[in-house]
Amino acid sequence: MKLVTAVIKPHKWEEVREALASAGVAGMTVTEASGYGQQKGHTEVYRGAEYDVTLVPKIRLEVVVDDADVESVVSTITAAAQTGKIGDGKVWVVPVDSVVRVRTGETDEAAL
Amino acid sequence: MDTGDTAWILASSALVLLMTPGLAFFYGGMVRSKTVLNMMMMSFAGLAIVPILWVLYGYSFAFSPGGSGWLGGLDRLGFDNIGVATAYGTIPEFVFAGFQLMFAIITVALISGAIADRAKFGAWIVFVVIWMTVVYFPVAHWVFDFGDDGGWIATQLEAIDFAGGTAVHINAGAAGLALALVLGKRVGWKKDPMRPHNLPFVLLGAGLLWFGWFGFNAGSAVGANGLAGLALVNTAVATGAAITGWLAYDLVKEGKATSLGAASGAVAGLVAITPAASAVSPLGSIVLGIVAGVLCAAAVSLKWKLGFDDSLDVVGVHLVGGLVGTLLIGLLATKNPGGVSVDGLFYGGNADQLGKQAVAAVAVLAYSFVLTYIIGKLIDVTIGFRLDEESEVTGIDQVEHLESAYDYAGGTGGSPFKTGV
Repeated sequence: MKLVTAVIKPHKWEEVREALASAGVAGMTVTEASGYGQQKGHTEVYRGAEYDVTLVPKIRLEVVVDDADVESVVSTITAAAQTGKIGDGKVWVVPVDSVVRVRTGETDEAAL
Repeated sequence: MDTGDTAWILASSALVLLMTPGLAFFYGGMVRSKTVLNMMMMSFAGLAIVPILWVLYGYSFAFSPGGSGWLGGLDRLGFDNIGVATAYGTIPEFVFAGFQLMFAIITVALISGAIADRAKFGAWIVFVVIWMTVVYFPVAHWVFDFGDDGGWIATQLEAIDFAGGTAVHINAGAAGLALALVLGKRVGWKKDPMRPHNLPFVLLGAGLLWFGWFGFNAGSAVGANGLAGLALVNTAVATGAAITGWLAYDLVKEGKATSLGAASGAVAGLVAITPAASAVSPLGSIVLGIVAGVLCAAAVSLKWKLGFDDSLDVVGVHLVGGLVGTLLIGLLATKNPGGVSVDGLFYGGNADQLGKQAVAAVAVLAYSFVLTYIIGKLIDVTIGFRLDEESEVTGIDQVEHLESAYDYAGGTGGSPFKTGV
């Protein structure tokens, strides 16, 4: 099993969710996050005073998937979240040792 | 007594009262989320304390007969010698006294924007009591008392200040500058971002202020008549023009129109038309409003260059806006609509009125600045005016009020932590 984590632009979130749902991903965890990479941030102006806002709002989504599905999930997220401009985000994959479904006690693949 | 006049001033009083909660929203939205409650509470402190002072001696110091050009008499202490049948012009004196109370409340609340996030609440309460007593009540008498023993600006100098460009706005602006100097800069000023935490609050506040300001200006006709109508039209026009002016300045300087600029421009226009609402024509209001919007927009950046933390630009908006309105009367006053009986320089008049306007403006500015600086210093060396640094960084809402404005975790529920109740 693998944990797929994606940090994406907030306005692409709905497209990514729909694409993943069509690809058969039944659930995920989503948090509002902030950070920066090449996009750096932006400038805001209040009564003439300029502020450099370094943190950019992002959506962070996490989904645990079967090893066989990793490639398709990653490519689905990438395709749906892409705008071609800086700030599109990152997707990364890490191995997961075990998973337990709290309601039933099922473990690993059965718990996904 | 005239029932129409009375009804309008009763309604105007309620309108002007609403300006102070409106100001609380205007200011509250501009500070960070950890200090919004204290910012709003400084306005509510005015709502709490000033009515008490007004009844005890404030109204008497400002408006009682039997005084001099400098201070009212003692005839109205405790609202003595007023009954429901006592008249003030065409309205009951109770109505006039109630209307003027609302002006007193908002004036001290205006000052609070200069010292956002860092003043001990108890010290602010003490300041409200002393400042109203030593500064506002005398200055209100100078400007607003047209009676037999009326104020020197109103009855001897005969400067035009229809609704309080000097007594309210120059007064509060100069006081704000003095307090900003006494308290010093906030921790992290110029380094940490201090962005407005809720611009919709600021726009809501500006809207409530504008709504209430029709009572402030049109109510200052002290009658339901054509003069009130002129003031109402001028108030709408100058405010729109000032928003336009401020946004034009934004567009030239930043390339975009900002919502904070729109809200600030509205207040700048309202401030500037306050003294002039009876003196200028609706066409003159357009000029006055645009000048106020542009000059105030330019003025708010002065604090960064000069290095004083007038946090919410009480100086840039109220002092500068008040000066613009008070002085432009000398140029733009016109007999034509019938609100005043003098013409300014642009309407073929001489410079006399401009001179009178300048004397009134400088007198109120200097008196308020010097006295406020002394009051602020006295409070600072005795009980301490400023919060300690750790409390300021933690956030004044938690430290001074035992509250947080927003519960960001409230949606989850089912917390395992016991509440202690």
